[in-house]
Amino acid sequence: MLEVAGLSKSFGGLHAVRDASLVLAPGEILGLIGPNGAGKTTLFGLISGFIAPDAGTVRLDGAAITGLPPEAICARGLARTFQIVQPFGRLSVRENIAIGAHLHEPRRAAALAAAGTVAGRLGLTDRLDQPARTLTLAGRKRLEVARALATSPRVLLLDEVMAGLNPSEIADLLPLVRAIADSGVGIVMIEHVMQAVVNLCARVCVLNHGSVIARGSPAEIATDARVVEAYLGHGAAARLGRHAA
Amino acid sequence: MLAALGVLPWLAGSGFWLTSATLVLLYALLGQSWNVLGGYGGQYSFGQALFFGAGAFASGVLQIRLGVNAWLAAALGIGAGAALGAAVGWLVFRYRLRGSYFALVTLAFAELARILVAAFAFTGGGFGLLVPLRRGAATFQFADPRIPYTLLWLVVVGSCLLGLWLERSRFGARLLALRENEAAAQALGVAPVRLKTQAITLSAALAATAGVFYLQIFLFVDSGGGFGPAMSIAALLAPIIGGLGTPFGALYGAVLMHLLGEAAKRVSGHAPGLDLAFYGVILLLMLRFLPAGLAGIGRRDA
Repeated sequence: MLEVAGLSKSFGGLHAVRDASLVLAPGEILGLIGPNGAGKTTLFGLISGFIAPDAGTVRLDGAAITGLPPEAICARGLARTFQIVQPFGRLSVRENIAIGAHLHEPRRAAALAAAGTVAGRLGLTDRLDQPARTLTLAGRKRLEVARALATSPRVLLLDEVMAGLNPSEIADLLPLVRAIADSGVGIVMIEHVMQAVVNLCARVCVLNHGSVIARGSPAEIATDARVVEAYLGHGAAARLGRHAA
Repeated sequence: MLAALGVLPWLAGSGFWLTSATLVLLYALLGQSWNVLGGYGGQYSFGQALFFGAGAFASGVLQIRLGVNAWLAAALGIGAGAALGAAVGWLVFRYRLRGSYFALVTLAFAELARILVAAFAFTGGGFGLLVPLRRGAATFQFADPRIPYTLLWLVVVGSCLLGLWLERSRFGARLLALRENEAAAQALGVAPVRLKTQAITLSAALAATAGVFYLQIFLFVDSGGGFGPAMSIAALLAPIIGGLGTPFGALYGAVLMHLLGEAAKRVSGHAPGLDLAFYGVILLLMLRFLPAGLAGIGRRDA
């Protein structure tokens, strides 16, 4: 349903994303990992319309969405969350989520009701009426997902929704993400928390210096020499191999 | 408060109190116009007088120079204000001017209009526009000042209802979302340029309505009074003091400012400019101790 082909973006002389391609099927959770600065968030920005690509195409259900503004891409069924959470601070949790629901629901009361339902799916029901700025980080991460989910997307881009959460909070969030995918939504998730990647993703894409350097299951990725070197430095794979031997 | 203002002229008769209350209503309407864009939408205009003056001058020129019926001229004046708002919004928001840049550009537009209007005799030149006195319902000039007052009061009631509607509609919810975080709103399908342009059009129409009433009540407007910075400042002070992004904030602010302004004038013996300095002090005190404005008093989340 989501096809990204040959996306590139340079900032000055820096190739932030170089010839990146990926394919996502309905209900699939694709992991996107890589060291800091690899271009993961930039790739999300390119797909979701916040950054205009230099080259390449993004297709959603066969239709090109490259170069459309973010609001138009969202309206076509692709929603994203932000790595640095962006709540509407002075609005309540319910009102925050209702903004997403308003994409397809012009009536206020119905949007607020839909927000309540989505909040239930993310375990935010008891915090519906408090201002978003009073949420904990874990709460804000859930709110990011809830708001995006309220737009009824077919593709969801999750940018480090597990980062900064403690292990029990992560364990709580994992089944919620799984449930979203099981409802037919295709998910691409940028994640450093390997507990989440291993649990949720059948396929993983590794980005380094803006290029995709490896694809495969989490187990294959973990033993891929290029991936090990991307994280631990040149020659690390060989040294680790000697230690193991 | 609204009800009290509504019955006031019928109890107190005409004279000083009626003039005071008329000014309060004009500033409440002008303040609410600013509040739609600034309070709900987070776009702080420093040139709201542009739209106020556009309403007053468009309707004045149509009546005086072209002999258009006063009511039709009033409607066209409001339309001209709204059209100007749409044009300014489309220009300014398309180029993503925000925050202090938006404030400066709107101030510049208002000053430009003030200078242009003063430059041509057709628009009254340096003297201003004087509507010939012809009392009558057909000329929108009532012998009994309570009638235009009540009309204005009804418009202010309508502007408060508009505020209530903003709090209960998708349009208003999206405007608040834009104010809080534009990128996040955009990611959720809100089109910022279109929405902000709609908001500034609505805001301009309200400000132009205030301008039209100003002209019909005082039968005079000059470029400094219509487009001057004092009017722009008055437009933003009322809602900031009364409560940004609240339906009745601009009304509360207009009432308080007027009462305190009158008191200051009496105490100081009408020293020129002192009331403006006094407004400045009030604004500082409000921002320090009541950042949510009068409407925030007693609210849990203030």
